[in-house]
Amino acid sequence: MNLNNIKNQFPIFSKKINGKSLVYLDSSNSSQKPVNVLNKLDEFYRHEFSNVGRSIHFLAVKATNKYDETRASIKNFINAKSKDEIIFTKNATESINLVASTFGQQYVNEGDEILITELEHHSNYVPWHYLRKLKGAVIKFAPINKDGDIEIDKFQKLITSKTKIIGITHISNVTGTIVPVKEIVEIAHKKNIPVLIDGCQGAPHLKIDVQDIDCDFYVMSAHKIYGPTGVGILYGKKKWLENLPPYIGGGGMINEVKKEKITYASLPTKYEAGTMPTAEVIAFNESIKFMNSIGIENLMNHEKELTNYALEKLKKMNSVKLVGNPKNKAGVISFTIKGIHPHDIATILDEDGVAIRAGQHCCQILHEKLNLSATARASFGVYNTKEDIDILCKAIENCRKVFESK
Amino acid sequence: MDLKELYQDIILDHGKSPRNFGKCKGYSHKGKGHNPLCGDQVEVYLKLNSNQKVEDLTFEGSGCAISIASTSIMTELVKGKSFESAKKIIDEFLNMIKNTKEINSTELNEDQKTKIMSLSGVKQYPMRVKCATLGWHTLISAMDKKKEEVNTEVTD
Repeated sequence: MNLNNIKNQFPIFSKKINGKSLVYLDSSNSSQKPVNVLNKLDEFYRHEFSNVGRSIHFLAVKATNKYDETRASIKNFINAKSKDEIIFTKNATESINLVASTFGQQYVNEGDEILITELEHHSNYVPWHYLRKLKGAVIKFAPINKDGDIEIDKFQKLITSKTKIIGITHISNVTGTIVPVKEIVEIAHKKNIPVLIDGCQGAPHLKIDVQDIDCDFYVMSAHKIYGPTGVGILYGKKKWLENLPPYIGGGGMINEVKKEKITYASLPTKYEAGTMPTAEVIAFNESIKFMNSIGIENLMNHEKELTNYALEKLKKMNSVKLVGNPKNKAGVISFTIKGIHPHDIATILDEDGVAIRAGQHCCQILHEKLNLSATARASFGVYNTKEDIDILCKAIENCRKVFESK
Repeated sequence: MDLKELYQDIILDHGKSPRNFGKCKGYSHKGKGHNPLCGDQVEVYLKLNSNQKVEDLTFEGSGCAISIASTSIMTELVKGKSFESAKKIIDEFLNMIKNTKEINSTELNEDQKTKIMSLSGVKQYPMRVKCATLGWHTLISAMDKKKEEVNTEVTD
């Protein structure tokens, strides 16, 4: 598979930004969409639309089957044991809220502990904070070192007899740290503590095997995996999902409804109340087909090569300071430039058609720890090329010129 | 869009060497502002004398060139003005940054108008308007003796 021509599959790259070709380096935020995903959305709404799981007419049956095909594809994509372990949500954030809320209701009491890390995105902290407020639980933060790696021995020491659940990211969306999740799950399981992995940055860039990792929950957002917005995925081991209480109540998720009593549907429908983002779920199957057509190994090699190339070039630029230096790093590079605020960097780079993100990337805890008020971030997707990195470096030079002019 | 219009020399100058930076002695009003999206923080200190005149106006904080320059220019223009006149200047500035290219001011002289209009290019960058207005909203909060912090995601 020739990855050099992959941009052709993404219509957005034919668009000019400020008269320049688009260099999109914001895939950690959200990825662009290949044409097969866009076509599927259009085709479904135009020719195949119906709600799923309810009516029995021709279109409804077809749509229901397609909807379930995506579930089966995801099951294979992350190697889950059963299709019933794949729940559709709005996004990864909702998936984490679902677990924090239902697991918290059932298993967390006053004084119990939830262990997360300093790397976490707000979406893997705020839902646990709700639980802290509601139940009087305690949240502990496993520290990172200056390189942005979790210190496993310190992590281990924070596990106590009161630890009820552990939440960790698979890849940091700031430092690009690839967290040794399998090792952490092993440590946790020795003490019978379940682990939730925030796979938002993991799923688009790594080979995911939830049975091999042995995690209890794994969450993802389709829009970061070349798919539509509005679709999140929660993987949960059956033993948990079957026993946890339902989350959002309404149509579709019930079994029997009486005036005095309600029973709930079995998995996965138990957690899919109301009309779901049907077209988006169906189109998301095309994203997985796209990923499979490239081959996850090819994709990983491509992104590794890009990351190494970018790191090498950026390290040569004296004004650029890289944030973190983790042992295993994914294609997420945060940096600062002496004397230029990240927001100004982002505006000036944009003028050259280079789209990066600036700010705290929903990680205030991490920025505070690293003593940074904000950072600029370039993050890669399958469509990026070495030429994109060259343009980024030139744009950074240009940025310095703008600020040096005074 | 032209970057030169946004990053004019005067803005780069104030961004790098902000005027009236620090905490002034004997301030009577204090305000705190925060932009949670980018992490900008600003604290404004105002000393009002017995004649209701802004005797001193300073600020501290961290932020992008636009936010620091805008706050720095604000302190220069508002210092020495009466309380009422200061309020008018703030309104005139906010109106310019959101609606008009020129500043309509009854309170500022031509030089001061030129200075403040160096910020009008921000209007073409909607995502950056909050950077330019953070210090000004924080000054309003200080003058009104509001206790809570100004938050760009809560104010308009």
